[in-house]
Amino acid sequence: MRREAPKSVADYTPLFFPALMLIVFFVVPFSTMIAVSFFKRNPAGFYTPDFVFDNYARFLSMFFGGVLGFSLMLAVLVAICCVAIAFPFTYLLTRRPRRVQTLWLVGLLSVLSLSEVIIGFAWSTLFSRTAGITNLFVAIGLMDKPVALLPTFGAVLTGMVYQALPYTILVLYPALVRLDPTLLEAARTLGASPVRAFFNVVAPALRNTIVATLIMVFVFALGSYLLPQILGRPQHWTLSVLITDQAIYQSNMPFGAAMAVFLVLISLALVGMTLLVGRKENAL
Amino acid sequence: MTETWLRRFYFGLVALFLAAPLIVVAGVSVNEKQDLAFPPVGFSLAWYGQIFTDPEWRLALIHSVTLAVCSAAIAVAIALPLAWFLWRRIAPWANIFQVLGLAPFILPPVITALGFLSFWATVGLFGQFFTAIISHAIFFVTLPLVTLSLGFASIDRSLVEAAATMGADDRTVLKTVVLPLILPYLVSGYAFAFVLSLNEYIVAYMTIGFTTETLPIKIFNALRYGYTPTMASVSVFFVAVAALVFGAIARFGDIRRLLGAMSSDGN
Repeated sequence: MRREAPKSVADYTPLFFPALMLIVFFVVPFSTMIAVSFFKRNPAGFYTPDFVFDNYARFLSMFFGGVLGFSLMLAVLVAICCVAIAFPFTYLLTRRPRRVQTLWLVGLLSVLSLSEVIIGFAWSTLFSRTAGITNLFVAIGLMDKPVALLPTFGAVLTGMVYQALPYTILVLYPALVRLDPTLLEAARTLGASPVRAFFNVVAPALRNTIVATLIMVFVFALGSYLLPQILGRPQHWTLSVLITDQAIYQSNMPFGAAMAVFLVLISLALVGMTLLVGRKENAL
Repeated sequence: MTETWLRRFYFGLVALFLAAPLIVVAGVSVNEKQDLAFPPVGFSLAWYGQIFTDPEWRLALIHSVTLAVCSAAIAVAIALPLAWFLWRRIAPWANIFQVLGLAPFILPPVITALGFLSFWATVGLFGQFFTAIISHAIFFVTLPLVTLSLGFASIDRSLVEAAATMGADDRTVLKTVVLPLILPYLVSGYAFAFVLSLNEYIVAYMTIGFTTETLPIKIFNALRYGYTPTMASVSVFFVAVAALVFGAIARFGDIRRLLGAMSSDGN
C-alpha cells in the first residue's frame, strides 16, 4: 500500500487521540510552565498570576552564575569522560559476534533504566566507610583504615558518568555498527595496525557522530537531579537540583519555572546543533 | 594476541565499573542484621520478603506497578495510531506530533516534571494518583513511538499492497497484516515504557510525591532518614526486573535492530 495524502476528514481520525493527548498534556503544561515563570511567588500557595520579570532578573546574581557555571562544567566533564570510554568500547563491541552484542545490550539497557535513586544509593554504598570500596583497599594493604569517599566532587562525577555511560554507548551504537567495514579493510590492507586504523580511519570518519554524541550526553548530564544531592555537597548542586529545590522545598514555583525555561533554551540550542551536525554528516 | 587480551581487559574494566555498585548493593541486601556492611555479615533473604510483607513497602510496590502498567498502556495507545498514521499517510505537518512525542524524552526530565507540576496545580488536580499515570504516559510515549516507527518502517509495503489488491480494505489490512507484523515492536515499546516508569522518580515526585509513595520515592525518602536493608533488596529487585524484561525482548525480538543496528529502511 503506497502512502497517500489524507483524502477526507475521516482519514485523520487516527491522529485525533494522540494529537489531543499530546496537546492537552504536553503543550499545555509546557506553556503553563512558561506562563508561571512570569508569575509572582505566593508562599502560601503555588503562585499569584502576574506579569513580572523578577524571576529572570535573579539570573543575574552571583550565586546563580556560579551554579550555572558549575552545571555546565560538570556536564562537559561527564560528556568527555563518557565518550572517551564509550567510543573505543562501542567500536570493539560492534566487531563482536551477535550473541555477545545482545548480551551486552541487555546489560546496558538494564543499567540505563535504573532509577537515579538506585544509582545514587548504590554509589553511596560503594563509597561509604562501612561497606565501601576502601574496605577492599584495606584488605589488600593499600590503606590503613576505611574512609568515606563522599560527599565529594569525585563521587558526583563518578555517579554521573555511571548514569550516562550506557546512554553514550547506546547513542554511539547505531553509527558504529553500520560503519562501512571496507573502510577498515582498506586501512588494514595498506598496512595499518588495528589501533592505528582505529585512530586514523574510524575516529576521523565519525568525527561528526562524536560531536553529536558529546552534545547529547551533555544534555543528558544536565538533567541529573539526584546524584549531586546524594553524592555531593550543596556547592555541587546543579541547575536541575536547584530547580527541584526552588519548586518543591522553597515553594517558589515561578523562579523554578524561570530556571527551567532557561534550561530548555540551552538544551534546545544544543539539540538543534546536533541536528545540524547530523545533517552535515548525511550530506557528505 | 595482545589485541585480544587488551580488548578483554578493556571489556572487563567496563563490566566491573557497571557491575561494582550493583554487586555491593546485592551484598548488603543479604546482611543478617540491619547493618550497612560489605562483605555481608551472615546471610538472610528476609529483606527481600520485606518488600512484600512490610505494609509500607508493599503499598509502594503496588503504586509503582499500577502506575507502570497503566501509563505504559496509555503511552502505547497514543503512539500506535500516531505511528500508523505517519506511516500510512503523506501529511508532513503531522510530523509536528512526532516531534512532540520525542521532546519530553530529550529535554532534561526536571523540565517535563515541572511542566506537569505547574499544569496539575493550575487545574486543581495536584496530588491525584491518575495525574501521575497520564504524566508518565506522556513522558514515556517516546519509547513506543520509536519502536513502533521502526516496526512500521520494516514492513514490506508490497505485502500490504498484495492484501489491498485482493480486495482487503484498510481495516482488514490493519488487522490481518499490519498488526501481526508490528506486534513484537508494540510489545517491546510497552516493555521499555513499563520498566522506565517503574524506575522513574522526578515526574512521579512532582505530581504525586506529597500524597503517594512509589518505590523510587520510598527509597529516596528512606535514604534521607538513614539506611534500611530493604532499600538494597528493592534495588536488586529492580535490576532483576529490568534484566528479565530486556532479556525477554532480546530472546523474542531483535534487540540489536531496536537499538538501531539496521538502517530504518530495513536493510
